[in-house]
Amino acid sequence: MAELLNVSSNPHVRDNKTTGRIMCDVIIALIPASVFGIYHFGVRALLIILVTIASCVISETVYDKLMKKKLTIGDLSAVVTGLLLALNLPVEIPVWIAVLGGIFAIIVVKMIFGGLGQNFMNPALGARCFLLLSFTGQMTRFTLDGITTATPLYNIKNGADYHVLKMFLGTTAGTIGETSTLAILVGALYLLVMRIIDLRIPLCYIGTFTLFAMIYSACHGGLDFTYLAGQLCGGGLMLGAWFMATDYVTSPITPGGRILYGVCLGLLTGCFRILATATAAPEGVSYAIIFCNLLVPLIEKITIPKSFGKEAKKK
Amino acid sequence: MSILTFRGGIHPYEGKELSKDSPIKEYIPKGEVAISMSQHIGAPAKPVVKKGDSVLVGQLIGEAAGFISANVHSSVSGKVKAVEKRFIVNGGKAECVIIENDGNFEEVTYEQPTSCENLTREEIIGLVKAAGVVGMGGAGFPTNVKLSPKNVDDIDYIIVNGSECEPYLTSDYRRMIENPELLIGGLKIMLRLFDKAKGIIAVEDNKPDAIARLKECLAGEDNIEVKKLYTKYPQGAERMLIYAVTGRKINSSKLPADAGCIVDNVDTVFAIYHAVSYGKPLIKRVITVTGDAVANPQNFLVPVGTNHSELIEAAGGFVSEPSKIISGGPMMGMAISSLDVPVTKTSSSLLCYTRDPLVDISQTNCINCGRCVKVCPGRVLPSRLAKFSARGDMESFLKYDGLECCECGCCSYICPAKINLTQAIKTMRKKALAARKK
Repeated sequence: MAELLNVSSNPHVRDNKTTGRIMCDVIIALIPASVFGIYHFGVRALLIILVTIASCVISETVYDKLMKKKLTIGDLSAVVTGLLLALNLPVEIPVWIAVLGGIFAIIVVKMIFGGLGQNFMNPALGARCFLLLSFTGQMTRFTLDGITTATPLYNIKNGADYHVLKMFLGTTAGTIGETSTLAILVGALYLLVMRIIDLRIPLCYIGTFTLFAMIYSACHGGLDFTYLAGQLCGGGLMLGAWFMATDYVTSPITPGGRILYGVCLGLLTGCFRILATATAAPEGVSYAIIFCNLLVPLIEKITIPKSFGKEAKKK
Repeated sequence: MSILTFRGGIHPYEGKELSKDSPIKEYIPKGEVAISMSQHIGAPAKPVVKKGDSVLVGQLIGEAAGFISANVHSSVSGKVKAVEKRFIVNGGKAECVIIENDGNFEEVTYEQPTSCENLTREEIIGLVKAAGVVGMGGAGFPTNVKLSPKNVDDIDYIIVNGSECEPYLTSDYRRMIENPELLIGGLKIMLRLFDKAKGIIAVEDNKPDAIARLKECLAGEDNIEVKKLYTKYPQGAERMLIYAVTGRKINSSKLPADAGCIVDNVDTVFAIYHAVSYGKPLIKRVITVTGDAVANPQNFLVPVGTNHSELIEAAGGFVSEPSKIISGGPMMGMAISSLDVPVTKTSSSLLCYTRDPLVDISQTNCINCGRCVKVCPGRVLPSRLAKFSARGDMESFLKYDGLECCECGCCSYICPAKINLTQAIKTMRKKALAARKK
């Protein structure tokens, strides 16, 4: 033992959970929704998923290479972004639009702000909103078995028929990964069991939105539980609340902030979905989330927890 | 019996099975001993012997130099070889008295108190002070100062910290199951200092036999209670322990006495017992020598000043080349660059890893996951504080209560991006505390 031993600052041990492992768990949790999407919409859904993931991973690789940075795709976050974006696209979307979405998500929303952890907006949702504005037609054309079909949410908004059980199971029109509430909840349960997410954001989000819808429904001809169930299972609410609002990077770090963030999301989604008069696109989840992403620094600022032993003093 | 705890904390691999069943073995040092004059927080002791002097076991060799300071005694008999600066555990150098051990262990005649029962408060504290007793859990705070709070009449609890939440350590555990009566004896002495205080021995529930053993010895005692704590790191952190046991919360700028508590570590209470009952100074402590690189992990009763390399030999040497050696536990211990440093009153363990657990780890960006916030027992925002530290932003660091960090290491442990949060926060805390002193 002639040489000196290694030294480092304490602690000298680390937990075995890494960023890559967490991302891997998120991917596992998205499998039920993805598999259901492929089963429901056909093999083209698989194509869109693979193409979008590839687009994201390649974009990140190229960016890292061009900027002469350490390759960061090992953390799997690009795969998560690609998968989430694909699940937010309609199955008939032209492949080139899906590719463009992946590039936008990674390069514009994430990498130019400094890569993972530095982006202030959820990359997948940023890209989805970009595509919605740029290619509204392609992004809002939903098909089922090759036939253009209205989404249940559109039907709710416009007074047409909708079937709550079908919405829960997911055999309706919509984006690849949003239709099946059941599949999403199975994945969400996995995230909860693996302690990847806590209940604060999704529960406050869904709870506030439910309250909003209840009040609205009560004011418009009495409380209608079918309407309520339809609102909960319809559109991107479940996918958004469990998988995108809970994105670490773009949600508050403070426990209190997560509650407030969830409440803000619920209120905004209610406004966009229910109060807004635009009948063509009754979806509000994506916009609500990316808008609230921008509020995160402010929310964190007002929800700094009281440190141990200082609670009573400040009361 | 309910299980007590606090919010936050982590569950690292405990590693206590390596050494928990090995009884405390007295180790007799072979070569010279190097007794540091700064084994405690505060001013280093002033050496009162010089080169060539003969000393006996228990003889005063360093005198407390100030209010926060402690006496230092010789742990062997022999000749003083030198009084010089030597490397100590923290990587720096400190003045040490080097004694050539003659192997006879001739002791000074201790002035044994006539009857322990009749001692006054001042006499008890005087004995503790004379014996150079300091907090042996790691901080090394002079115990006589701790036992003399301003609000003597407000002390409700004397808590013996037997949680031993730091992984791998088993020295306190062995003390508790081998000599519970001495521990209780020490606690009873402490209780005599405070009229209305109750004694509590707090033990984590991963040591059920220690809890049972203590309860057995306490049968019929109504002023001392054993409390079971949930096994979680840092359960033994002073503020977390007080909260778990009494429900009282104090922030970092307060003392346990402000919450009506005095907290002392197990080995410290043993030292108090020996100091007051027999007039014996603190010259030995129990050390766990453990880790996968050590042939026979075990617990030793070691004279202060013994070279760490002797302990490795006593534990059967290395089975494999170690790459990292830690004085103390893996969470709060100090990595040492060489074994050639002496044992002090605060050395609780010598932990040897064949493979440095940190070599393969590379740092990535913070993803704001909030795990550090969740585990932080001080309930601050570690990832934010670390950013302020990196930026040199002391104002924000203080605003976000950076001084409330107890440096337990939970945030670094849990971080999935493997950021050295604790290190960054410690760096800034040091600066902030230094700035405050000016």
